[in-house]
Amino acid sequence: MDEKIIKSPENIVYQKPRLMNDNTMHYCPGCGHSIVHKLVAEIIDEMQMQDQTIGVCPVGCAVFAYRYLDIDWIEAPHGRAPSCASATKRLWPNHLVFTYQGDGDLACIGTGETIHALNRGENITIIFINNAIYGMTGGQMAPTTLMGMKTSTCPYGRQADLHGFPLKISDIAATLEGTCYVTRQAVNTVGNIARTKKAIRQAFENSLQGRGSSLVEIVSTCSAGWKMSPEQSNKWLAENMLPYYPLGDLKKL
Amino acid sequence: MHNDHEILLLKGNEAIAHAAIRYGYDGFFGYPITPQSEILETLALLRPWETTGMVVLQSESEVASINMIYAGGSTGKCVLTSSSSVGISLMQEVIPYMAISEVPALIVSVQRGGPGLGTIQPSQSDYTQAVYGGGNGDYHNIVLAPCSVQESCDMVGLAKELMMKWRTPVIILSDGSIGQMMEKCTLPPYTPRRTDEEIRQQCPWAVNGLGIKSRKPNVVTSLELDQAFMEKRNKALQEKYKQIENTEVRAEYYLTDDAETVIVAFGSAARISMGAIDILREQGHKIGLLRPITLWPFPNNEVLELSKRAKRILVVELNEGQMLRDVEWASQFSCPIDFIGHSGGVIMTPDEIVEKICSIAK
Amino acid sequence: MAKFKGIIEVDIARCKGCNLCAVACPFDLIQLSHQVNHNGYNYAVQVDATRCTGCSSCGIMCPDGCITVYRTKE
Repeated sequence: MDEKIIKSPENIVYQKPRLMNDNTMHYCPGCGHSIVHKLVAEIIDEMQMQDQTIGVCPVGCAVFAYRYLDIDWIEAPHGRAPSCASATKRLWPNHLVFTYQGDGDLACIGTGETIHALNRGENITIIFINNAIYGMTGGQMAPTTLMGMKTSTCPYGRQADLHGFPLKISDIAATLEGTCYVTRQAVNTVGNIARTKKAIRQAFENSLQGRGSSLVEIVSTCSAGWKMSPEQSNKWLAENMLPYYPLGDLKKL
Repeated sequence: MHNDHEILLLKGNEAIAHAAIRYGYDGFFGYPITPQSEILETLALLRPWETTGMVVLQSESEVASINMIYAGGSTGKCVLTSSSSVGISLMQEVIPYMAISEVPALIVSVQRGGPGLGTIQPSQSDYTQAVYGGGNGDYHNIVLAPCSVQESCDMVGLAKELMMKWRTPVIILSDGSIGQMMEKCTLPPYTPRRTDEEIRQQCPWAVNGLGIKSRKPNVVTSLELDQAFMEKRNKALQEKYKQIENTEVRAEYYLTDDAETVIVAFGSAARISMGAIDILREQGHKIGLLRPITLWPFPNNEVLELSKRAKRILVVELNEGQMLRDVEWASQFSCPIDFIGHSGGVIMTPDEIVEKICSIAK
Repeated sequence: MAKFKGIIEVDIARCKGCNLCAVACPFDLIQLSHQVNHNGYNYAVQVDATRCTGCSSCGIMCPDGCITVYRTKE
């Protein structure tokens, strides 16, 4: 069969999501953020919610998420996205409202806002990218940095007596009355990407049906911060991140 | 729901709560702090979510509150928060975001004595905080200073007009005495909240998804990596501020026509000054009051004009002389300027002002 | 003429050469080019389309949405 014949529009089985525009993403090669962006774009389109979705960007690597997905966005101050989303959802109760946050934003400076929004049972979805490091500012220690892991602000490795312990924010979230769905996923393999997509879809459905707060943690890589190739990063994630941050549903009502 | 005016005996704080519902605000997000908690308490008692559909939420902190109204305003909704001095300090994080992103919202600041935790008694110690801003960057807020319960109520309506007209945060700078004192208040009739379609037409910039299929996505952000473009945004903002300065100055004159001595005072200090002026007038003093209603934009021309024909100006404030600097600058030192003030939550009596005038107007 | 069951098209300009598509391909049909694009990245190319089944693994994995996957109906 001729290459030209097979490359006809009706034979397309996978392509860049319709709601993702042509702006080149600023993310480093192989970054998990980009993969999750694609999933979010696909799901919003599949749910036909483009004109009823409000996204809230964090401060951190995903600060420019609004450049890539053709939906309306609010850029929140550092860590405050859950507060922004809480008010937005209450004022627009039929809309799909979600935040997209990294570990520095959500699990450090925004811990209070996160816990309280989840505990109020706000009908929002929080998408939480955990790559155990501050990416945007250049690889500093995050609350989720693993013990012994080297970053620019713990260059000899994270030590309990100096830096405390990595924070499992999803485990905390699962104990809150307001959450209906807390899950930890990853995007390091094709299979995990499919499971992550299913999880985000589930969370969005929960939000629309008023079941309470949903938190989707996505264990991800930061090849630039970890100083590895994207391929090595995915391997390192499987060997080091997943034992401490095991995948699966922590709570599903 | 009554569809007309209603006259009630209310605290200033309570009047603000009633007014927010009646002027058709979409949401209130706040955190308790003395002396302004009656605003949230009154809203909770009135349950507007069952009548007008207004959202009321007690947040986990002032930081959360201000982010909630930042987001609410970004979606084109008409929202407010309230707090007092130290709480407003926490909100300074986000006010600049709203200013540069041109997000409309109302912040009610019911001042208490400072600095720090200070006292819970009335003060005007946050003039500088409201007018010059505690946040980062080149920005202003429209600042309205009520001097009565009625004016507290009316300013909620005025603030709605101004914030939507100029797409800017507006601060009502009240204080513990106006917030807590009870006066007769005529409440306005109910204005319905705007429909989605009205919001879509009036706020085409808003982040709410409405009509996105036939427009570009809307984004509210203060972030720019291109410094030239950021400067362009700054210049445009300054241009808007110039227009506001040219059109939105408000001030009240009290017995200034023949005044040789002019008191300049705002808010509760103006109320106290009026009492002093009545006493002094009876004693034959030619004295009047200029009361700035908008603290930003400041009535510079009004101050200058009076300072050119008065023999002296006395600035009266419940702080250590914060507005004083603006009066001095506006007057171009056309006449001597004196000051009397109390701070830390101490309120002056009209007699103190009378005494001061008698000592300087010999 | 060869018979294709599937084929991919790479948006060379957007590709950042992360190589994750090559790792994801179950048949090792993708490699990074020796040539670079305008950003200096060695972009992905499908070196052998004859064995491509159009499974979409590469497309799903590609962080930047650079890969369009085609597959015949039969």
